[in-house]
Amino acid sequence: MHRIVILGAGTGGTLVANRLRKVFFPDEASIICVDQDDRHVYQPGLLFVPFGLSDTEEIVRPRGRQIHDHIDYRNTTVLRVDVAEQRVFLTDDVELDYDVLIVATGCVLAPEETEGLTGPGWMEKVFTFYMPEGAAALAEKLSSFNGGRLVVNVVEMPIKCPVAPLEFCFLADWYLTERGIRDQVQMTYVTPLDAAFTKPVAAKHLGGMLKERGIELVTEFNTSEVDGEGGRLISYDERVIDFDLAVVIPVHNGASYVTASPGLGDALGFVLTDPHTLQSLSSPNVFALGDATDLPVSKAGSVTDFEGEILVQNVCDFLAGKPLSASYDGHTNCFIETGFSKAMLIDFSYDVEPLSGHYPSAVGFSLLKESHLNHLGKLMFQWIYWHSLLPGRNIPGIHSDMPLAGKQGLTNQQKEEVLR
Amino acid sequence: MSVETIGGIDVELNEEGFLLDPSKWNEAMAVELARREGIDPLNDQQWKVVHFMRAEYEAKGAGPSVRVLGKTSGVTIKELYQLFPKGPAKLAAKIAGIPKPRGCI
Repeated sequence: MHRIVILGAGTGGTLVANRLRKVFFPDEASIICVDQDDRHVYQPGLLFVPFGLSDTEEIVRPRGRQIHDHIDYRNTTVLRVDVAEQRVFLTDDVELDYDVLIVATGCVLAPEETEGLTGPGWMEKVFTFYMPEGAAALAEKLSSFNGGRLVVNVVEMPIKCPVAPLEFCFLADWYLTERGIRDQVQMTYVTPLDAAFTKPVAAKHLGGMLKERGIELVTEFNTSEVDGEGGRLISYDERVIDFDLAVVIPVHNGASYVTASPGLGDALGFVLTDPHTLQSLSSPNVFALGDATDLPVSKAGSVTDFEGEILVQNVCDFLAGKPLSASYDGHTNCFIETGFSKAMLIDFSYDVEPLSGHYPSAVGFSLLKESHLNHLGKLMFQWIYWHSLLPGRNIPGIHSDMPLAGKQGLTNQQKEEVLR
Repeated sequence: MSVETIGGIDVELNEEGFLLDPSKWNEAMAVELARREGIDPLNDQQWKVVHFMRAEYEAKGAGPSVRVLGKTSGVTIKELYQLFPKGPAKLAAKIAGIPKPRGCI
């Protein structure tokens, strides 16, 4: 009997556990899934909490209940992995031996790594909506905010959902307009990148959207210190940005046990992963997906879902002693909420940057363009997440490979691929 | 893209001045690339970072970000900004002749 151990019961761990359970009968493979707590957060929902459009109770459910029967779900902490011995060490001297290990423990916020961030003013003038408590506290603050300088700051990449801080700006613009105080608020978006976003075509669109909304863009700002009491962001090259209210996205690290497991991760605790097979570089029987990897893709639910399909196929091939047949192409898509009940959609891969057109084919959601339908798509996704994505069902029309049909501005070679 | 003679060798640079072929790099080239960025001459600490960037690139195929540099190079982030003002990872990568660190997304 195959022994499969999955670390993490978030988006990736849950959907992979459920998919693998459908592939193997209980007498063919044992599946153990480990997580340190029992709170599964629908993370895309965090964005809506500060504006009173959602609340933390609505987006948190027990992890165990998302995991199907005949999967041994355990609430405990992982201490380290010994890749050579094929063994996971848990608290209370529990050890798990595996034939295949799947790492899906995502990433953790590390606000304490930025000087002053969690000091005086934290959760009073300085907030983050990247965790439920922060998002809820920010909702309260925003409802009584009467004007001044609102600064949104990404400390350093990589972060989960790299478009979320921009969406926060767009929604804040809408929210403050609805409250009738937009003209009393000076908004600034402060990023370490050299543009509003990384991918050039999307960066231009998104930068333009900030401008249209009167939101100032400050680039190449590497935050060294947050002075909550004095209301100042200070960069390493000694630039200062004053604020009355700061929304900061702290630096992210991989799970701490990854750094304690020799060979598994990089200096930040992200798992060194093959970009196509999703195998850990440390060993062919260790796989990784989602926010936990070091791959040059967005840390986003869509990526995790697409990777999950590939990873399950490759785990099956590996256990059958066959060459791995599935390959991940870096496919990512994200709905970008733009305020006033509209949203935009971007779809891209390792090789193809976000283009305009439609998704998933010539008819569908418009790409790189604001529409009401995209907004409905984003809202609908919460239902799909709990009822289709986590249970491991295939979503009709949505595939792990990035579709080229429907995209405009493709190269000739890419067009040939569509026709093939 | 442009072709220039740096450190006695003809090399191709991209529009931002990064070396297209990192294997052509040598120390004389680093001295010249640093001078173009207003660093003349490179001091011991700056050389330490440049060599560290080369080693990381050769081992992993990509240069480290500032945060990783701060955690692994033995030079703190504050010092890195003193050594390479306006963006240590980018500037040190350019002088080390390796590609601009990708903005992870």
